[in-house]
Amino acid sequence: MDLYARRRLRNRIVMVLSYAATGVGLGWLALILGTLLFEGASGLSLKVFTEMTPPPGADGGLLNPIVGSLIMTAIAVAIGTPVGILAGTYMAEYGRYSKLAHVVRFINDILLSAPSIVIGLFIYEVMVAPMGHFSGIAGSVALAVLVIPVVVRTTEDMLSLVPKELREAATALGMPLAYVIGKVSYRAARAGIITGILLAIARISGETAPILFTALNNQFFSTNLNAPMASLPAVIFQFALSPYQDWQKLAWTGALIITMAVLALSITARMLASSRKMS
Amino acid sequence: MSTSMAAVHGSSPVPIVAHAADAAAAMEEKVTVRGLNFYYGGNRALKDINVSLYAKRVTAFIGPSGCGKSTLLRVLNRVYDLYPHQRAEGEVMLDGENILMPAQDLNLLRARVGMVFQKPTPFPMSIYENIAFGVRLYERAGKADLDMRVEQALRRAALWDEVKDKLGANGLSLSGGQQQRLCIARTVAVKPEVILLDEPCSALDPISTAKIEGLIDELKDDYTIAIVTHNMQQAARCSDFTAFMYLGELVEYGTTSKMFTTPTDRRTQDYITGRFG
Repeated sequence: MDLYARRRLRNRIVMVLSYAATGVGLGWLALILGTLLFEGASGLSLKVFTEMTPPPGADGGLLNPIVGSLIMTAIAVAIGTPVGILAGTYMAEYGRYSKLAHVVRFINDILLSAPSIVIGLFIYEVMVAPMGHFSGIAGSVALAVLVIPVVVRTTEDMLSLVPKELREAATALGMPLAYVIGKVSYRAARAGIITGILLAIARISGETAPILFTALNNQFFSTNLNAPMASLPAVIFQFALSPYQDWQKLAWTGALIITMAVLALSITARMLASSRKMS
Repeated sequence: MSTSMAAVHGSSPVPIVAHAADAAAAMEEKVTVRGLNFYYGGNRALKDINVSLYAKRVTAFIGPSGCGKSTLLRVLNRVYDLYPHQRAEGEVMLDGENILMPAQDLNLLRARVGMVFQKPTPFPMSIYENIAFGVRLYERAGKADLDMRVEQALRRAALWDEVKDKLGANGLSLSGGQQQRLCIARTVAVKPEVILLDEPCSALDPISTAKIEGLIDELKDDYTIAIVTHNMQQAARCSDFTAFMYLGELVEYGTTSKMFTTPTDRRTQDYITGRFG
C-alpha cells in the first residue's frame, strides 16, 4: 500500500509539472497573440490593403510591402520547391543507399539550421554586390535558399514513409522506376510534400534578416525585381524602431497580418497532414 | 475439396494419368532454377537450389520462417534488384533463357512474372486506375478496350460484383480481402505468364482466404503459379507440387500428394506433421 501511495504521489508531481510546463508555453503564445490583436487590430482597415506606406505624420497603409512580400515569396517558392522536391526525391528514391545521399542529407541539415542572416550575407556577396544595388530578385533568391532545405527534408521524409511494399508492388508490375516514383510514391506522399511547402512558406514569410541584406526596402510601390522592394518584415522592422506613433501602429498591424497568414498556413498544413492519415 | 491433384485429374479433358510422376514428365517446365545461391550482403540465404515450376500448375513452397521461400520467389522476378547488397548466383531459366543475366530487361521480365505480396498493396488511386495503370504500361488501349480489360480482370479476381458500382472509389477504401483480390486482378490484367504469390492469405480472414484459394484454382488454367505459404492445409488444398525448404536449402520437392503422404526426408515429415516449425 505504501508502494502504491508513493507511486501515486510521484505520478501526481510529474503530472503537475507537465501541466505547468504546457501552461507556461501556451501562456506566452496567448500573450503574444493577445498583444498583437490588441495593438494591431485597431489599425486594421481597408486602407491598410489599398494605400502605400506613408511618410511620418501622414495617413497610409501597407500595400507596397504586402505586394512585395507576396511577389518575393512566390518567386522564392517557384525557385525553391522544384529544387527541393527533386533533391528530396533523389535522396529517398534513386540514391537511397548511396554515400552521396548521406552527404547531401548532412549538408541539408546544416543549411536547415543555418542562421538566416548568414544566408542574407551570402546572397549580398554573390548578387547584391556584383549588381551594385539591392533588388527584389536578390531577396527572392535569399528566401529560396531558405525554402530549399525545408522542402528537401519533408520530401525525403514523406517519400521514405511510403511503404517499400508499395514500391515493390509497382516494380513487380513491370513499372519503370520513374513511373513508380511519379505515379505511386508521389501520390502516396502528396499531402506530406504539400505540407512541407506550406511550412516553408510560413518560415520565410517572417524572415527579416536576409531581406535587409538583399531586397532592402522601398517606400514606394514597385514590382520591379531589379530594384529594391518593400516587404512586411522589413517595414515592420523600420516602423517599429521609429519614434513616430502612427508608424509604430502600422508596424503592429503588419505584424498581425503576417501572424494571421502564417497561422492560416499552419492550420492548412495540419489539416492536410491529418487528412493524409485518414485516407 | 480433396487434394487438388485429384481435382485437376477429375476435370481434365485429356486422358487421366495414373501417376502424378508421369504427369510431371508430360508437363512443360516454365521456370527452371539450377544451382541458385542468394546473398543478403555476406549472408547466404539460399543454398544451391534446384527446382522447376511447371506450366499451368501450382507449386507451393513451405517451410519455417526464414527458410528462404520468400527470397526464392523474389529472385524469380528479380524484385530483389531494388536493393543493393542483394545478389543471386546460378541459373533461373524462364522459357529457356537465364533471367539472371545482366542483359535481362527487368521491366519486361516483371511484366511476364507478376507478383502478389503478403500485405495488400493497392496503389493510392481509384479501383479502376489500379488496374488500368498496369495495362497502359505495356499496351496502347482505347477507353472501351481498357474498360473491358478492367472488368475482365476484376471478374477474374471475383471482385467485380462487389466493386462494379464504385470503380472510382479509392483502392484503399476496400476491405483487406478485397484489396488483396484487387492486387491479384491488377497482376492478372497485365497478362503475365507466371504469377508469384507470397503468402497472399496470411493477412486475411477465412472467407477471403477461401475466395483467393478458389481463385488460384481457376487461374492455373492459364498461368504458372508459385505460392509461398505457412499454412500446410493451404499448400495441400491448392497446389500440384510442393517444395519444402529449410535453412536456405530445398529439402524435398515432389507432387503435393506424395509430399503430404509419403515424404522421403525425415525433416519434411517432421514439418508437415507439426513436429517443428
